[in-house]
Amino acid sequence: MKLITAIVKPFKLDDVREALKDLGVDGMTITEVQGFGRQRGQTEVYRGAEYTVNFVPKARVEVLVNDADVGRMSDAIAEAARTGKIGDGKIWVTDVDAVVRIRTGEKGTDAI
Amino acid sequence: MPEIDTGNTAWVLVSTALVLFMVPGLAFFYAGMVRSKNALGMLMQNFFSLGLVSVLWVILGFSLAFGEDVGGGLVGALDHIGLANLAEIPGFGDGALSIPPLAFVAFQMMFAVITPALITGATADRLKFSAWVLFLGMWSIIVYPVVAHWVFSPGGWLFQRGALDFAGGTVVHINAGIAALALIVVLGKRKGWPGDAMPPHSLPLTLLGTGILWFGWFGFNAGSALGANAVAAQALMNTHIAAAAAMCGWLVVERLKDGHASTLGAASGAVAGLVAITPCAGFVGIWGSLGIGVVAGAVCFLAIQLKFRLGYDDSLDVIAVHLVGGIIGSVLLGLLADSSVNEAAPDGLLLGGGTGLLVNQLIAVGATLAFSGIISLVLAKVLDISIGLRIDDEQEAQGLDGSQHAESAYSLGDIRSMGKVA
Repeated sequence: MKLITAIVKPFKLDDVREALKDLGVDGMTITEVQGFGRQRGQTEVYRGAEYTVNFVPKARVEVLVNDADVGRMSDAIAEAARTGKIGDGKIWVTDVDAVVRIRTGEKGTDAI
Repeated sequence: MPEIDTGNTAWVLVSTALVLFMVPGLAFFYAGMVRSKNALGMLMQNFFSLGLVSVLWVILGFSLAFGEDVGGGLVGALDHIGLANLAEIPGFGDGALSIPPLAFVAFQMMFAVITPALITGATADRLKFSAWVLFLGMWSIIVYPVVAHWVFSPGGWLFQRGALDFAGGTVVHINAGIAALALIVVLGKRKGWPGDAMPPHSLPLTLLGTGILWFGWFGFNAGSALGANAVAAQALMNTHIAAAAAMCGWLVVERLKDGHASTLGAASGAVAGLVAITPCAGFVGIWGSLGIGVVAGAVCFLAIQLKFRLGYDDSLDVIAVHLVGGIIGSVLLGLLADSSVNEAAPDGLLLGGGTGLLVNQLIAVGATLAFSGIISLVLAKVLDISIGLRIDDEQEAQGLDGSQHAESAYSLGDIRSMGKVA
């Protein structure tokens, strides 16, 4: 089992969700996050005082998948989230030791 | 007793409510500009003025401001303590005004309430609430009624000289603006200013507050005609046009200098125009109010840079908007007053009236700056030495809301647990 974590542009979130749903994904977790990568922050000016906003708002998508699905799932996310401009985000995959569905007590791949 | 005119009375009563509404307007104008941890503290400093100053006004303040003159135009006598003997107020017994004295007392009370509230924008995020309460109370007895007497009461020395102030350019805006400067000289800067980012937490609140201020200002200025008449209509139109022109003026300069026309700029420009037209509202024509508005918008924007040059932390630009805007209006009135608009005013310099009015305006500005500035500085210093003006560093990091009032402005979402009641 794997955990796919993707940092994407917030306005691409719906596209990512649709793409994953089309591949049969039943659930995901979304968090609003801030950070920076190659894309730098913006400048805001209030009554002549200039502030640099160092962290840019992003959406973090987390999806648990079976080992066999990792490739096409992460490809689908990348495809859906890509604009080709700087700041499109990143995807990484980590191993997951155990998964439990709380309501039923199902474990492992049954719980995904 | 003179005959009561119902139309005049109705307008002054409504105007009183309009000026009252400016207090929450101002509170939200300011609260949107501070960081979220200080939003309630800012709202409270403004709202509390309604509580304390109203009480002091009926007990003592009104009598000091509008009582029979004592000391050659210096202050009002104490014969109206607790609003006694109102029929004998100068201006009423002689039939000059056709509204009940109590309507006048209430209308002027709202001016006394909102004037010190203007100061709180300069001292944002670091003034101890208890120190503010004491400053507010003392200032509302020692400073505000005295300047109001000088300018607004028929016995006041500036009134007698012929200095003009339709609705409070000197009494309200210069008075509060210079007091704000005096207070922050003693109080010092916010920790981290000007290096750290302290952006506004909710400009929508600031814009909402601006709209309420603008709405209420019709009562503030047009109500100062103290009647439902042609001067009131002129004052209302001038007020609106100056605010509109100042918004344009501010945004043009901001766009040229900083690259964008901002919502905060639109709000600030409108308020700058409202401030500058205040002394002039019932004394100038439409071209006058257009000119005053444009000048106020552009100059007040540029005046903000003063705090960075001189190193004083006027957090929400009370000095650039109210002090500078008040001076602009009060001085320009000496140039632009038009006797065909209001026969109570002589013509200004540009309308062929000579320098007489301009000199009186400069004297009124100078006297207000000196008196309010010095007394406010003394009050601030005394409070700083005795109970301390500032919250400590830890409280400042926590914010006014938690440290001064044990509350938070925003509790959004389900996760933040309040625990159980002990």
